[in-house]
Amino acid sequence: MAMHQISLADDGYGDGVHRNIIFEREFLVMGFLTYLINGLSLGSVYALIALGYTMVYGIAKMLNFAHGDVIMIGAYLVFICTSNAGMPAIVSIVIAIGCCTALGMIIEKIAYAPLRKATNLAVLITAIGVSYFLQNVALLVFGSNPVSFTSIIPWKGLTFAGGQLKITGNAIIAISVCLVIMIVLMWFVKNTKPGQAMRAVSEDRDAAVLMGINVNATISLTFAIGSGLAAIAGALLCSSYPSLTPYTGSMPGIKAFTAAVFGGIGSIPGALLGGLLLGIIEILAKAYISSELADAIVFAVLIIVLLVKPSGILGKQIKEKV
Amino acid sequence: MKMEKLKKLTTGSNKSTTKLIATIAVIVILYAVMTILDATGSLTSLMKGLLVPVCAYSLVAVGLNLCVGYLGELSLGHAGFMCVGAFISAFFSKAFRGTIPDVPRFIIALVIGTFFAGLFGFLIAIPVLRLRGDYLAIVTLAFGEIIKNVINVLYVGIDGKGVHFSLKDMMALGMEPDGTVIVNGAQGITGTPRQSTFTIAVLLLIVAVIVTHNFVNSRTGRAVKAIRDNQIAAETVGLPITKYKLIAFTLSAAIAGVGGVLYAHNISSLTATTNTFGYNMSIMILVYVVLGGIGNFSGSIIAATLLILLPEMLRGLANYRMLIYSIVLIALMLFNWAPSILKWREEHGLKAIIKKKKEVQ
Amino acid sequence: MSLLEVTNLGISFGGLRAVDEFNISIEEGELYGLIGPNGAGKTTVFNMLTGIYKPTDGKIFLDGTDITGKKTAEINKAGVARTFQNIRLFGDQSVLDNVKIGLHNSFKYGTATGIFRLPKFFNTEKKMDEKALEILSVFGLDKFADVLASNLPYGKQRQLEIARALATNPKLLLLDEPAAGMNPNETKDLMNTIALIRKEFGVTILLIEHDMKLVSGICEKLTVLNFGRVLSQGQTSTVLNDPEVIKAYLGE
Repeated sequence: MAMHQISLADDGYGDGVHRNIIFEREFLVMGFLTYLINGLSLGSVYALIALGYTMVYGIAKMLNFAHGDVIMIGAYLVFICTSNAGMPAIVSIVIAIGCCTALGMIIEKIAYAPLRKATNLAVLITAIGVSYFLQNVALLVFGSNPVSFTSIIPWKGLTFAGGQLKITGNAIIAISVCLVIMIVLMWFVKNTKPGQAMRAVSEDRDAAVLMGINVNATISLTFAIGSGLAAIAGALLCSSYPSLTPYTGSMPGIKAFTAAVFGGIGSIPGALLGGLLLGIIEILAKAYISSELADAIVFAVLIIVLLVKPSGILGKQIKEKV
Repeated sequence: MKMEKLKKLTTGSNKSTTKLIATIAVIVILYAVMTILDATGSLTSLMKGLLVPVCAYSLVAVGLNLCVGYLGELSLGHAGFMCVGAFISAFFSKAFRGTIPDVPRFIIALVIGTFFAGLFGFLIAIPVLRLRGDYLAIVTLAFGEIIKNVINVLYVGIDGKGVHFSLKDMMALGMEPDGTVIVNGAQGITGTPRQSTFTIAVLLLIVAVIVTHNFVNSRTGRAVKAIRDNQIAAETVGLPITKYKLIAFTLSAAIAGVGGVLYAHNISSLTATTNTFGYNMSIMILVYVVLGGIGNFSGSIIAATLLILLPEMLRGLANYRMLIYSIVLIALMLFNWAPSILKWREEHGLKAIIKKKKEVQ
Repeated sequence: MSLLEVTNLGISFGGLRAVDEFNISIEEGELYGLIGPNGAGKTTVFNMLTGIYKPTDGKIFLDGTDITGKKTAEINKAGVARTFQNIRLFGDQSVLDNVKIGLHNSFKYGTATGIFRLPKFFNTEKKMDEKALEILSVFGLDKFADVLASNLPYGKQRQLEIARALATNPKLLLLDEPAAGMNPNETKDLMNTIALIRKEFGVTILLIEHDMKLVSGICEKLTVLNFGRVLSQGQTSTVLNDPEVIKAYLGE
């Protein structure tokens, strides 16, 4: 979609008299397009994180507050592999995905699984505990000083309109990776046995048990997928915003959770839509309104959307039966 | 026979009064212990510095517990209401420093801070209470973040011509040379008179405990609890749902505001960062509420006190203290809530052992 | 003028017509039964009468006032109270408090009076306690006043729900399957209770029930609902002998 708009911008304008105005307008349009693409790129990362939130929420009915910190761990792992051990980017990513997947499953087994029948609030607080735990482990191992993350994407990107419009390699990779993952995931949930089990558990856990579905394995799988995606999101996030600290995952985590709610929590396309919209709104607000107020604007839009559509853009409304 | 029954019932309501007295007793004992420790010089200066904040956060926790435990709605924005109370009261105190004597000024600041926190709670509740469960939680979180964010870019100054506002910078206030900047963007408010003493803090905490206790045990409180238990049934017995939800949420926010006022008048430099008034703090306060027992006000206070003091007590362990803190938190949650552990406790716990001994005898 | 006058009531959920052209007229003091196979739309009628669902068409008059489409709480204040098929008590509160919540609109004091414990608080609470106990004693529930509602046995919970509904001082009481899940003895007790509250509280009753013994034993008039439409209406004995009704219940 972005590419299409770029070609629109190339369309011939008039000549001579209006050159100045046109130049200015072209400049504005190019600026806007650059922001839009940056927004899509950030939004793709949010969408990947939001997927982890939304899937876990849909299936385990819990807010996994520690998800943002798994991103941070993933980013540190990639950093160690590339900068300290000198491994190629792709190998580091694979290692990070593997480790985060395992981490997600271990967290679920130790901290969440024992509380499966307890109240939601108890699980929420435990997740907060896990979040602090991960942050403090990272703090002990890596220290509180930010490390400078070198982008895993060496590609400089594309240039259009005589250098006025630059699309970074980071942006292109982030957007494409996000779309590919989204399509694969939607196919997986729809067409494979484990995917169908996931849908069944999210629809009605008790009925799923009666149908012979292994609920524990399904929840475990969901955490594995979500955490694996978090590793990718961490690497992509830090490729664009290279300062990495033990608290790096916290704010994007909250925002991605917001994105998941925005799009309709529990819905995979909703996470994509919510993530992209959130990224675009954030970047545009930073560019045109105020960088300090950008977060406030993002949250204000969320509030308005939820008031108009209480279950998010693509969410299903559930009514209580009387 | 009827008289007998009525008498028995009054004993029933005395049960909750006994609980209230026990809660106040706990607070008074904690107060006495701390005062004695302080008088004998056994408190480190860090611990001393934490006494008022402990009360402030306990107040916010009591307010949040009213919302979570009795209204039955999860709010992740109570640090925002605390923030409103803190900034408005600090603004007032700083602006009228020198014009109004100390004591009445603090009382007015307290009233204003509480009122505005309640007002914000009320205004936010009107749209928010239409949502349910996790959606409500995320929207309160969003409101809390917005409050924090806006205060961070807010500049307010006073000069001969009146009050000036700006969301840009100090220069944009366009003030006369005689004016003073009171709220200075991300630097917040500095130089608020430090009037929150430990005694005042404890007194306010006791008042809050009495108010919440009386509230939940009154006609209004019953209605709020009925709505929590079963909204549809509550409607069919003629309860105006929105009205009572608004009342409870507003009261809950106002109590958080009292915490804010205390907090603001205890530090020299008041800023709205993620750790002081952001979602991190809202979540921390929720931790006190859940750990102390949902609906249990004294539990909230004890949990807040222990969890705030714990990292200080662990200070000797340097970098490991927050790690231990998080492990303790997870362990406590599992110990208190995991069904399998609860079962084990029932069979092998202290109570079971005592019971067995009795049986043997 | 009848106490309840319903004309051409209907509701659609999406494309599904759940209830269509429902008419009923209930005189003051009557005990009226609403019966029909599962899924016939009986509870939907109750939900429309109490404002939980907004009817798509038709009018509902209570004692001459139009209550169509009003809010549930307003309809209760106008004089309609109900119970639920799946019991909906305030489970975390005592039996006494459940009834006191029903008395909410009859005995009033403000929030501030409650917080500051002004004299009015004590006076009103005392009156509420007395009234609530009086209602509970009709059901023999007064000895459970301090018990948590969710800890009551099933049959007692159903009775408490009726007591709570009566506390709102209704003109019309809607009972949704009051005998569901009860054994024959309990059902018999229930029949006596219903007769008793009719006498004590002077309330008009409309009830949904599957237990034919109970229906034929106490209801004066019946309306039979099938696939959302009225199949038969009139005196109990006439309706129960209607061949259409027998067909609907026993099949062809």
